[in-house]
Amino acid sequence: MANRLTRADVDRIASLAHLELTDDEAELFTQQLAEILGYAERLQKVDTSEIDATWQLHTSLNRVRSDSLAPSLSKNDVLSNAPDGKADRNNEIGSFFRVPLVLD
Amino acid sequence: MPKETLGSTWTAIALRNAIHSGDVSALEVCESYLDRIQETDAMWNSMTAVFRDEVLAQAAAVDQARRTTTQRQPLLGVPVTIKDVLCTRGNLTTAASRILSGFRPPYDATVVSRLKQAGAIIIGKTNCDEFAMGSSTEHSAYGPSKNPWDPTRTPGGSSGGAAAAVAARFAPVSIGTDTGGSIRQPAAFCGVVGLKPTYGRVSRYGLLAFASSLDQVGPLTLTVADAALVLTVISGLDPADATSADQPVPDYTSALTGTVADLRIGVPRKMVDAGDSGLDGEILGAFNRALEVFREAGATLVDIELPHASHAVPTYYLVAPAEASSNLARYDGIRFGARSTHNETSDESDSSALSLMYNRTRKLGFGPEVKRRIMLGTYALSAGYYDAYYLKAQQVRNLIRHDYDLVFGNERGPHVHVIALPTTPTPAFQLGEHSENPLAMYLRDVFTVSANLTGLPAISIPTGFTEKRLPIGLQLVGRAFDEETLLRVGDAYERRTPWNKQSPKGVDPKQQVGQATQDN
Repeated sequence: MANRLTRADVDRIASLAHLELTDDEAELFTQQLAEILGYAERLQKVDTSEIDATWQLHTSLNRVRSDSLAPSLSKNDVLSNAPDGKADRNNEIGSFFRVPLVLD
Repeated sequence: MPKETLGSTWTAIALRNAIHSGDVSALEVCESYLDRIQETDAMWNSMTAVFRDEVLAQAAAVDQARRTTTQRQPLLGVPVTIKDVLCTRGNLTTAASRILSGFRPPYDATVVSRLKQAGAIIIGKTNCDEFAMGSSTEHSAYGPSKNPWDPTRTPGGSSGGAAAAVAARFAPVSIGTDTGGSIRQPAAFCGVVGLKPTYGRVSRYGLLAFASSLDQVGPLTLTVADAALVLTVISGLDPADATSADQPVPDYTSALTGTVADLRIGVPRKMVDAGDSGLDGEILGAFNRALEVFREAGATLVDIELPHASHAVPTYYLVAPAEASSNLARYDGIRFGARSTHNETSDESDSSALSLMYNRTRKLGFGPEVKRRIMLGTYALSAGYYDAYYLKAQQVRNLIRHDYDLVFGNERGPHVHVIALPTTPTPAFQLGEHSENPLAMYLRDVFTVSANLTGLPAISIPTGFTEKRLPIGLQLVGRAFDEETLLRVGDAYERRTPWNKQSPKGVDPKQQVGQATQDN
């Protein structure tokens, strides 16, 4: 079973989750998450060797829909909440969400 | 009727009938509720937005249409509040999070459009824990809501604003969401009815997702009959939600016969009496008295076992954060909500500007409880820990589901028709009581999380008060898609007890506004 959660684990998880934590937050989470995970350890004692995981609550099969055209949101509606969208909505090459530079 | 008492004791059905018949106008109804909100919500902080001008225009249109058509919609002119995790077209929808500040969705959640089609008037949005993560409404960017029965205490959460809004008579109906008890626990704390339907009964389209296999939308109301009416309106298959169930939608109000003599009610004694549930003596007393009411009404009480019940909380607190960490990955500052950019000159890291923007946006946008759950869920899903935490929890979840399958029986007929439980181990706790200890708060979900892990429908109904006059909730859990029996049992209990006819002092129309706080 997993060892007790460390500060290094917390830093690694924060980076996986795209969360920047302050030093204080990271210390607090190390202690709190260790406590919560320690509590969850009790599940290890449950014998689940013959038990499937729950993947779906309904026993019904997946529904498929017909592949037909239907109205969707307009481009302006979709872009209306972009935090950095207004300037790019109608420039000469089209309407986009703008992000910080990815490639030099 | 005298306008000042309008709304104080009125159910959605009574209001709808009075509007249908022309005894009251939708305009005077809405004005009365809007005035009460304006005068008193400073005490409860239950609303995050109130759409006064739109509401008055819609109410006037309802009155105009009523005079010119014979159409009588089931919620005609009835004011409804919506939890701030559900999209309302063009209106601020923030999940009580900074990361969605300024977000105005370009569409309505399916539940909102169904309510509108039924004639309801959406009067505002209600406060909640950020992204519905919490049991106290303290994790809200808008600040905590307060309990109308005692403003030093929490209304519960995460639909705390929704429950407080019904208790404070800001609308006869609030729409909430329930991932681990977030409709039922605040309903219990605020002395109102709260229904979590079967998973798939109500569309989740337009709900800002927390944990997609657990989330369900449902009503908080003053009576079980109102919950039945609202469920009839909001249920049903939705092409926009692939997990919405293709099951017929009955008229749930016609199931409320008042009788329970033909029913067996299961009581998981060991779970209720277990020392580690931290069950308060006054809650146990109220629970046992509720069972007596059912016995006297002719129901058969059956002792049942739910052997894996004690695993429900740890299972829930692995599954729900895992799903949350995945769902909340979409809040990255690109397509909607707030964006925080880093200071380029001080950046000496070799991370890309895009990556730094993600990290900074999420650091400033999310509050501590959301961060805690994203961290917990990311850990439970991460390489090397997935089998031990997430997969294990999903296996134990199956064992918990199997317990309920056995108790509810098979096609030859149910062993029991509903299960009775307390909703919460204690009455409403003090604001700030658990702010230093998240695990202690999680453990209080002991009676509610199983209904989400199993997808079963469950309802909390008022079942008395503590000596300090704090409301107590009785929980009933039903068979999948058998809300008819669940609501019938709840309504039968309500008919035999006085609890839902009481209101907090602060909302008594005979009292002056503000007096409630002076009493405390």
